[in-house]
Amino acid sequence: MKNGKLMVAPAMLWLSIFFVIPLLIVVAVSFAGRTPYGQIIFEFTTDNYLRFLEPLYLQIFADTLIVAVITTVATIIMGYPLAYFIARLPKKWQQPGLILVMIPFWINFLIRSYAWVIILRTQGVVNTLLMKLGLIDQPLQMLYNDAAVMLGMIYALLPFMVLPIYVSIEQLDLRLLEAASDLGASPLTAFRKITLPLTMPGIAAGTILVFISSLGMFVVPDVMGGAKSALIGNLIQNQFLAARDWPFGSALSIVLAVMSLVLIILYYRALQSQEGGKADAKDVA
Amino acid sequence: MQTKFFMKGCDNKKMEEMIRLQGITKKYGNNLIIPNLDLTIYDGEFLTLLGPSGCGKTTLLRMIAGLDTPTTGKIYLDDEDVTNKPPYKRDVNMVFQHYALFPHMTVEENIKFGLMMKKVPAEEQKERVAQVLYLTQLEEFRNRRPQQMSGGQQQRVAIARALVNNPKVLLLDEPLGALDYQLRKNLQLELKNLQRGLGLTFIYVTHDQEEALTMSDRIVVMNKGVIEQDDDPDTIYHYPNTRFVAKFIGESNFFESDNETLVIRPEKLNLCPEYEDEAAEKTHPEPGYYGTVVDVVFYGTIDKVFIRLDNSNQTVVAYQYFDDVKRWSPDERVGIWWYAKDEVRVTR
Amino acid sequence: MQKTWRSHLLLAYSLVILAFLYLPLLILALYSFNESRINAVWTGFTLDWYKTLFQNRRVLEALMNSLFIAIISTVVSTVLGTIAAIALNRYQYKCKPVINGLLYLPILIPEIVMGLSLLVLFAQTQVPLGKTTLILAHITFCLSFVVITVNARLEGMRHELEQAAMDLYATPLQTFRYVTLPLAMPGIVAGALIAFTLSIDDFIISFFVAGPNSTTLPLYIYAMVKRGISPEINALSTLLMCATISLVVIAQILQPQHSSKNND
Repeated sequence: MKNGKLMVAPAMLWLSIFFVIPLLIVVAVSFAGRTPYGQIIFEFTTDNYLRFLEPLYLQIFADTLIVAVITTVATIIMGYPLAYFIARLPKKWQQPGLILVMIPFWINFLIRSYAWVIILRTQGVVNTLLMKLGLIDQPLQMLYNDAAVMLGMIYALLPFMVLPIYVSIEQLDLRLLEAASDLGASPLTAFRKITLPLTMPGIAAGTILVFISSLGMFVVPDVMGGAKSALIGNLIQNQFLAARDWPFGSALSIVLAVMSLVLIILYYRALQSQEGGKADAKDVA
Repeated sequence: MQTKFFMKGCDNKKMEEMIRLQGITKKYGNNLIIPNLDLTIYDGEFLTLLGPSGCGKTTLLRMIAGLDTPTTGKIYLDDEDVTNKPPYKRDVNMVFQHYALFPHMTVEENIKFGLMMKKVPAEEQKERVAQVLYLTQLEEFRNRRPQQMSGGQQQRVAIARALVNNPKVLLLDEPLGALDYQLRKNLQLELKNLQRGLGLTFIYVTHDQEEALTMSDRIVVMNKGVIEQDDDPDTIYHYPNTRFVAKFIGESNFFESDNETLVIRPEKLNLCPEYEDEAAEKTHPEPGYYGTVVDVVFYGTIDKVFIRLDNSNQTVVAYQYFDDVKRWSPDERVGIWWYAKDEVRVTR
Repeated sequence: MQKTWRSHLLLAYSLVILAFLYLPLLILALYSFNESRINAVWTGFTLDWYKTLFQNRRVLEALMNSLFIAIISTVVSTVLGTIAAIALNRYQYKCKPVINGLLYLPILIPEIVMGLSLLVLFAQTQVPLGKTTLILAHITFCLSFVVITVNARLEGMRHELEQAAMDLYATPLQTFRYVTLPLAMPGIVAGALIAFTLSIDDFIISFFVAGPNSTTLPLYIYAMVKRGISPEINALSTLLMCATISLVVIAQILQPQHSSKNND
């Protein structure tokens, strides 16, 4: 069994070849130039990153951040109570409850965005209903604008918030709440002082998942936003498929990846300092 | 528990050596768990390794099982060097602390596992499993899964699973630790009877001194990887070698003087009024110390009397039985005396 | 009293959110049975859209592609991932942070970045885009999920069990065969199901590395959506959803119930 340790090697090798090396190539390409026909020329230049500072792209970047923040906040407000409700269901409903949370998590963005197209388009469910009721005589244009993109993003990413929060609430020791109420805390105070701080890691994990996913999202704006509402994800997709400007697309995606990594590292740090505290408590016991 | 099967016959081969640990040391990284240890365990003996958690007793047991290897030193099992033999080639079996029953197998499959691995013929497997099921009164549970059983029943399965292999030595790692007090008391006696009936060598690890005193033929008290004392229970209790042993087992009072420490058990301390008439004075040795009663706590069969000694901050405790002369109350002045034969001198 | 109105409010709010999550999907499924091709007026129940779907050669081709890619990716990633998880569970690694980084980054980094970086890799090494590149990509993003799922299962398992087996004369190989593997099996199956679901459902990464003759179902749906609305998309989406839901439910049932841990 001396060589047992090497059993991780195949998987690690695979990830190195198909994850790390491609990322490194993208880094290299992001510093390269290109011919007018889209051919990559490997000569060192920072132009691709500097181009990012043009107002047009800065605007897209700002829009993306705003959408990401709003999406994150909205999913917390919508997701926390739902996660709380499901985690507190009676025992026999726990498993169905969990499955109920998991399912939307696994159905892909494309189908879930398309569902809203069915509902919101000019001949869609809502317009048909409103016309039938005589409330409007012209169909409303509800798709292909920023509001539609926001709605789509929230809808797509809500499960990413609910699931980690659900897990953290489910793990919460109910006796702590009993202790709090025994010590004179009202239900609201107990929630604020006990439940909320202890489920913070769940909220943080959800925030990371939602925020990073919304930064890189291109399916929802593509399907629900039309040409008008472009986010960084669409910009990157365009550089690779339509504009054939791979160096610029690479630079954009490196910026995106670095931003995501910074967020992840911050989250990991915060989590570790918390778990360090927990481990100390265990040693004392 | 039924013991008529599996009897080895309790002839007097008591002093035959079963396990010899020679110059054992164990390091985890830079952490020295066991500095240097020698120990011989005899055939048919109930030996207990007793000590606080982290004293190295479980590590020692695991080295005998082969689940750990000593950094240096040799382990002999029945005169054979097994130091570097893997666990599956050693004729010893272990009852794990949390039983480690296989959750995906029934009770019977759990018990049969060792026999299957040893490729014992199927007929014999059946027979031996049946015997051990009978011995441990588990017959009606044979098709249950461990999760469907109580802690006490799981404990029996763990013992049956080890015993069925007819090991030379049975290792038990705090096997009663997870059970409640009453059940533990009953199982202590059952285990002791089982061991006596089978004439099997048991090495038992525990941090519970009461358990050790009740069950063992011999107790090895360990602290920080070092054997503090190795004696029969009676000697360990009445004549502790070291301060640590005196403190760890039962309650003790320490009286320090210039170059020695006297240890006297609370039940050996006698109390008398500070001023007595001459007749009474003559019936016992002269009090060595005087003090004031600070507290008297009722313990059912005894009173524990706590006394602050004069001219020091030290508090000692004496057990007073109700057939003794008098019941004491706080603030009374007392003299403390004892018989010289009850003094124990410890060096460390 | 207070407690009741509070829990009623929570119930109502949760039902609204659940409706928000599920209603669009139900409507999508419902309209796959509507006779009318163009608008949302309900004109009658029909299975026609499913029939045309099953007569459409390109849909069947996409389905076959999806299944083929998913099966191969699942097998490879499950084998590689399980072996790695067992090693990670059994041995201490000095380079654990590096290993963890390699395992978690593919999950945490935006999918689009992973997709385009694979595209760049294949372009630079002049590997033609097609089923092969899709399979390589799918194995890559499934691998981490398998390792993590199997590892979670192994972590819940006491090392004592393996030691007990060794103490009972089982060689390392027998210990693996009779104790480790059967106990890890639910985790391995769950990992495989997750890999299969991820693969069959993936759009973003496939979007970058698929070639002209390797359209998968999600890619086909995307192409249809881009062309315009039609009930066939609803039918196809509904089928894909049903597949996903069944896989999730099966995987969930196979997972150990962690709430039962609190009981002892």
